[in-house]
Amino acid sequence: MILLSTVRRILTQLRHDPRTIAMIIVVPTLLISLLSFMYEGQPAVFDRIALTMLGVFPFVVMFLITSIAMLRERTTGTLERLFTTPVGKLDLLFGYGIAFGLAAAVQAAVAAGFAHWALGMDTAGSIGLVVLIAVANAVLGVALGLLASAFARTEFQAVQFMPVVAAPQLLLCGLFVPREEMAGWLQAISDVLPLSYSVEALTEVGVHTDPTGIMWRDLAVVVAAVVVALVLGAATLRRRTA
Amino acid sequence: MSTAIEVENLVVRRGKRAVLDGFFCAVPQGSVTGLLGPSGSGKTTLMRAIVGVQTVVSGRVTVLGHPAGSVPLRRRIGYVTQAPSVYADLTVAENARYFAALHRLTAADADGAVDAVGLSGHAGQLVANLSGGQRSRASLACAIVSRPEVLVLDEPTVGQDPVLRDELWGHFRRLAADGATVLVSSHVMDEANRCDRLLLIRDGALIADDTPEAVKRSAGTGDLDQAFLTLIKRQELAAA
Ligand SMILES: Nc1ncnc2c1ncn2[C@@H]1O[C@H](COP(=O)(O)OP(=O)(O)OP(=O)(O)O)[C@@H](O)[C@H]1O
Ligand SMILES: [Mg+2]
Repeated sequence: MILLSTVRRILTQLRHDPRTIAMIIVVPTLLISLLSFMYEGQPAVFDRIALTMLGVFPFVVMFLITSIAMLRERTTGTLERLFTTPVGKLDLLFGYGIAFGLAAAVQAAVAAGFAHWALGMDTAGSIGLVVLIAVANAVLGVALGLLASAFARTEFQAVQFMPVVAAPQLLLCGLFVPREEMAGWLQAISDVLPLSYSVEALTEVGVHTDPTGIMWRDLAVVVAAVVVALVLGAATLRRRTA
Repeated sequence: MSTAIEVENLVVRRGKRAVLDGFFCAVPQGSVTGLLGPSGSGKTTLMRAIVGVQTVVSGRVTVLGHPAGSVPLRRRIGYVTQAPSVYADLTVAENARYFAALHRLTAADADGAVDAVGLSGHAGQLVANLSGGQRSRASLACAIVSRPEVLVLDEPTVGQDPVLRDELWGHFRRLAADGATVLVSSHVMDEANRCDRLLLIRDGALIADDTPEAVKRSAGTGDLDQAFLTLIKRQELAAA
């Protein structure tokens, strides 16, 4: 009940902010269109990069939006006030997770649908699986954003966390250099970064007609990373502060 | 009259300083109690300890017989922070309805609270577009919506005109008459005169705990502003 009210409240806040909605829905689609112009005449390269980006964009966008939204709860005093009411930490964390997860589902469906039908992005497996993995990625962004907001004092700092968290994952996920060809220590780092698994899962969908075991395992790793980030996020949320 | 809030030997550190150092006080149930003191004296800190969001070093804070911040209290307490804490990107009504929903109350309850703070004409307006005084009333509405038994208000009338201040105080008096315990911090002495009891705090120490009349009498003046200054001077002399 409290969880539902919280989800509704967060979605209402979003509804009052059409610019952010436009950013969520339109930006990934525009960027993927840009890719299709860049790789005109190289459909295989476009397929591979666009597919990876479908996993990366929702992660980045949701990470940013969530960390700033949560930071606002802290700095405007609403968090302090909520903690004097029956709201539980999990109501709040899952409230954000579900509300922004829904927004992410719309984002991923629009971007993947557009890439597939308008830009001719080809995948061996089903586009539905692409959307599923993209949504899991977006929820990962939400969960890590909630966690990161605990370490930022200002919105300015929160934005700085974006490159810190997103850039290494993007560089090491196998998009630029295949993971097998990286130096051992880089591979080891890549192995503990959740985005590596989502990108691998997407690649699996790209080349196999049916969902593979590796894909399901990768998806499970991403979901596990979400749970760990949420648990850590709950641990950083303190009812009492100094 | 029983005690609604009891603070015993409370020690709170913020940063490097001990803001409250062995603080005692008691607030009777069904009263309006004013918390007065110079800026930085520890009013907000004490209120935060009472609503259970302040880390404390030691001591005991009991509200309605329960430890401050414990689960059963979260349905029975209302807190208005010094800076209005409402969602700027929601309307007044949406804010009140969210806080109502947290207490399993309806939209009609929420609209009643918005009405009680004189904002029904602005219910559909985004909080971001409200004036400062309207914003703090929106924040107040979100606290009174659940009809809490204990209402902790940190300078709720700052920025309000005399007519509104009078209405809000009338509202606090009615809540207390219905049995609620209201703890209000303020800098305005004509408001202090409308309290049943006053707690005067300076540098984290309680220097008076009495009715407004008794405070004035013990300072030998009919003016509360003057009484306040006298008591502070007296305490400074005693400390020196
Ligand atoms: N987050 C904090 N970290 C460190 N010190 C703090 C913090 N918040 C407040 N203080 C200090 O604690 C003391 C008491 O602050 P408090 O906010 O309780 O005062 P106050 O009586 O409410 O003042 P005002 O009337 O100006 O609101 C002040 O000296 C203040 O500088
Ligand atoms: Mg204060």
